[in-house]
Amino acid sequence: MVAEIEPSNVESAFLLQALGKGIRVDGRGIHDYRRLRISCGPAAGMAEVHLGQTRVLARVSCEVTRPFPDRATEGIVQFSAELSSLAAPGLEGKTAQEVAIARMVERVIRQSRAVDTEALCILAGEKVWLVRLDLHFLDHDGNLMDAASIAAIAALKHFRRPDVTVDGENAIIHSVRERNPVPLSIHHTPICVSFGFFGGDLVVLDPSLLEEQTQQSSFTVTLNAHREICALNKAGGAPLSPKQIQRCIQIALVKVDEVNEKIQDALKASTA
Amino acid sequence: MADVKVVLPGDVVDTGAAAQEGAVLRLGPGLVQASERTSAAVAGVLHSDGDVWWVAGNRRRYVPAEGEPVVGVVVARHGEGYRVDIGSAHDALLPLLAFEGATKRNKPSLAVGTVVYGRVVVANSFMDPEIECYNSHTGKSEGYGELTGGFMFKCSLGLARRLIGSKAPVLAALGSDLPFEVAIGVNGRVWVSAEGPEKTVLVANAIRNSEYLDAKQCRQMVKELLDR
Repeated sequence: MVAEIEPSNVESAFLLQALGKGIRVDGRGIHDYRRLRISCGPAAGMAEVHLGQTRVLARVSCEVTRPFPDRATEGIVQFSAELSSLAAPGLEGKTAQEVAIARMVERVIRQSRAVDTEALCILAGEKVWLVRLDLHFLDHDGNLMDAASIAAIAALKHFRRPDVTVDGENAIIHSVRERNPVPLSIHHTPICVSFGFFGGDLVVLDPSLLEEQTQQSSFTVTLNAHREICALNKAGGAPLSPKQIQRCIQIALVKVDEVNEKIQDALKASTA
Repeated sequence: MADVKVVLPGDVVDTGAAAQEGAVLRLGPGLVQASERTSAAVAGVLHSDGDVWWVAGNRRRYVPAEGEPVVGVVVARHGEGYRVDIGSAHDALLPLLAFEGATKRNKPSLAVGTVVYGRVVVANSFMDPEIECYNSHTGKSEGYGELTGGFMFKCSLGLARRLIGSKAPVLAALGSDLPFEVAIGVNGRVWVSAEGPEKTVLVANAIRNSEYLDAKQCRQMVKELLDR
């Protein structure tokens, strides 16, 4: 595996110098998100998220399968993430970051029970839907986590599975022409908001790639529209005070509302 | 422009009358000669100026070519030189003595992570590229060398080429209002330095924003940034 290219001395020194004065190298404010664009479609369950230069494509598909024996009445939701050298030079093979993102998205969506898995059951113990979510990272300019979570939830909301009728022991799967496909039952929309810490009280929202490479630690808050915390993630780095965490959550609350609105707009635009 | 010709890789390029007279054709970036025919190796717009032909495309991965100025980052130091990341598939070699006035006893010592401005001197498909930070014919630095302070950012190769080519409107517009230094590498890396971080960030953003703007829009955009 080729190691990711470290930022040069000029870049990291300037970044820290500018940040000390409250300036970010891309001209944003400390607590500004980059320009977020979400587009759903053309196919059902496809969502593309642009977060500045970062670009993530999520694709949801489904098939019928046999359930796990210990969860006979629950459908299955699977996640996979692919981070290749397409996104940035130097990325090759299974990177730790790829695994971390896939795991986080999985944790955020599955463990917070965002997707109603019982609604994916067709015949208990016999047939259930397997919903697969593939994340493709097309361009890496930092904060893949947030972009991935937004793309994932938008794609799941946009997805329509074929309708099914159950007649005793038989399940009939209707083609798209016969019956309108049905949306997944989604309880809530967890969204990640990431922060980068640069020591002291220096906190930035939505770190870019350069900021991610220079930061001392990162912190991801996952919230839904009901202002509930679904997950917190802090993998290593410098310690944070409870006060800082509180503050991050306050900021994230505002951002999550904005992101949710954008997802709604994108979904509306794709059906219009 | 009436006759813009877009070529795709593999397209045979009709170099017209110039070739038939047995005159010398000079092929620039993006064109390759295969026996009798000239064909495009990249996607882009075909340009010609007299007997010089080239394709101007826009990509984000750099393929080194001789004589081009590049901005690189030192990634390692070896006995005979530095290994410099210039964004190409293979790192470039920068010999220890390829600096102005460098002698065996007295030569610059660059740390890993240093940003240098150099010129590609060796670029072919069989060897690692090589760069130098001076003009080996005159022995003068001619602006090349280590870049200190300021900020470096990445942009598309198309933008970098336009910046370095004939007067880029964004640089002219910026230059009329504030002093700054800039080193443009055609490998899609631009180093800028102005007074203080605010100005440097402003210059960097103006350059990045100028990618799809014409001269008039550039002046407008720079004005808006300066007024903020």
